[in-house]
Amino acid sequence: MALIELIDISKSFDGELVLDEFNLKIEENEFITLLGPSGCGKTTTLRILGGFETPDTGRVMFQGEDITHLEPNKRQINTVFQKYALFPHMNIADNIAFGLKISGKSKEYIKDKVKYALKLVNLSGYEKRSVDSLSGGQQQRIAIARAIVNEPRVLLLDEPLGALDLKLRQEMQYELIRLKNELGITFLYVTHDQEEALTMSDKVVVMNQGYIQQMGTPEEIYNEPENAFVADFIGDSNIIDGVMMEDRVVKICDHIFPCIDEGFGRKTPVDVVIRPEDVIIGRPGEGILDGVVTSNVFIGVHYEMCIEAGGFEWLAQNTVSYPVGAHVSIGVTPENIQIMNKPQSEDEEAMALDE
Amino acid sequence: MKKTFKGIYLFLIMLFLYLPIFTLMVLSFNGGKTMNAWVGFSLEWYEEMFANRQIMEALGNTVSIAFWAASASTVIGVLACMGISAMKEKPRTLLMGLNNIPLLNADIVTGISLMLSFLMFGISLNYGTVLMAHITFCIPYVILSVMPKFRQLENHTYEAALDLGATPAYAFFKVVLPDIMPGIVSGFLLAFTMSVDDFVITHFTRGAGINTISTLIYSQVRVGIRPMLYALSTLIFVTVFIILIVVNIISHKKEEKES
Repeated sequence: MALIELIDISKSFDGELVLDEFNLKIEENEFITLLGPSGCGKTTTLRILGGFETPDTGRVMFQGEDITHLEPNKRQINTVFQKYALFPHMNIADNIAFGLKISGKSKEYIKDKVKYALKLVNLSGYEKRSVDSLSGGQQQRIAIARAIVNEPRVLLLDEPLGALDLKLRQEMQYELIRLKNELGITFLYVTHDQEEALTMSDKVVVMNQGYIQQMGTPEEIYNEPENAFVADFIGDSNIIDGVMMEDRVVKICDHIFPCIDEGFGRKTPVDVVIRPEDVIIGRPGEGILDGVVTSNVFIGVHYEMCIEAGGFEWLAQNTVSYPVGAHVSIGVTPENIQIMNKPQSEDEEAMALDE
Repeated sequence: MKKTFKGIYLFLIMLFLYLPIFTLMVLSFNGGKTMNAWVGFSLEWYEEMFANRQIMEALGNTVSIAFWAASASTVIGVLACMGISAMKEKPRTLLMGLNNIPLLNADIVTGISLMLSFLMFGISLNYGTVLMAHITFCIPYVILSVMPKFRQLENHTYEAALDLGATPAYAFFKVVLPDIMPGIVSGFLLAFTMSVDDFVITHFTRGAGINTISTLIYSQVRVGIRPMLYALSTLIFVTVFIILIVVNIISHKKEEKES
């Protein structure tokens, strides 16, 4: 039995549908991430789980028990809020002890537990400090400590790293993975940052406009996006109109590319996804089609180039720089070509549209 | 040159602001009854003031009305702020606009309309009507000073408290209230001052026999002012001055502690 089950949840605000018959199962001890652009319904899902919103229809099950209308203070779920939401007039120890005091734990127990929680988030000895004297990253750790001392079954995290700078964000990502492994509890993480989602999660749920677009391991989501929205949202990609000629052969920009996908039929129009790092640049005539470099930007790890070829502007990443105006060729190895069905109905199209 | 000019300018401002009050204070210690000659130092007006039952009663009324009006309007105002802050954008703006109208409204209009309402409903004018009138005009001031605190409430702290197992009441008293406390205190003090300060509204809503300091002084002016009222005014000024200094020192110390 799944630990948490969301069944046919719908929710609208001011007549605007945010979640539409949303279904999700969360297993025990899983790091699951809801990923999507702002307004996709991911935070609403989290708030419904925390008990801060009631769904219009549908049920929330916790270990087979219906908790749809249970108040937030009676749930075995704790939340780490986006802006930390620490209590500014209490010191760090009192902040962390807040939940324990309510549940009537003994003074000794609370003291030990606070100490343990601070050690867990690498902030030992900070008991007497005031909230204001801590940096953003430290406040975030305290917010996590405050939630986990209550030994919740599930920890909800609402874009907890959103306010931190890049370096700290990366550090905290490893910290969170370590915490999850040490505590052995379920993490439900909400973010719009695809890198965060891919780094930390066991399972990623890509959402848009209240629908689940794709669910799977980070590798599945990245390597085998099911539709154009997922391909576009997760990392950079070239999404090109193509025609599936027969099994393992696709025609893009009037050129034949060998691929490894089967079962699309003959002469079927499809969407083709090619990641920019998979575009092989060579001398003219070496690849499958020739083109001209139209722009070239250095972004640190590699150069990002646009190549005009076959009537399409290809995004390519390479550690070798090709100057603007250079004549080059483009090739792709068969296993790096991902074929997707084109949306069949308007409804499906709407699902795939970016806001 | 520029510096001396600055100094003179500042001195002139201070002179205009405080010379009248200073004159009053000096005269309150004057031995004679005359307003324009210094007879000699004496405390007789202070003695007379403290012996005067009318003044002491009016002083008592002023303080008790101000205290109860400020207390009641603070409770009502904070509750109102809780409701308003939970509203959607449009009704909230509308309500805050409505809240500001009584602030700008002329006291005379408020006073007369309150008096008419009391009489229409057959309520005879007495201590109670003055208190009710004061509560009425104090509420907008409380809302005005508490509302910003609600708006800048640390994001989601209330929800965080619920999340950690607190009941809504516990969360309010333990988490929300300490956060908005500075707003509540300044709202209370503002209401208190407004109540002490008020003459016009009190004048129309008080019945016969009830006096506050301001209405008492007003009625005495008609029969000729006695220097004991200088003594009273001096006392009020000094009291306010001391309270102001104490409040400033406390808040300054608190700021230092926080930073």
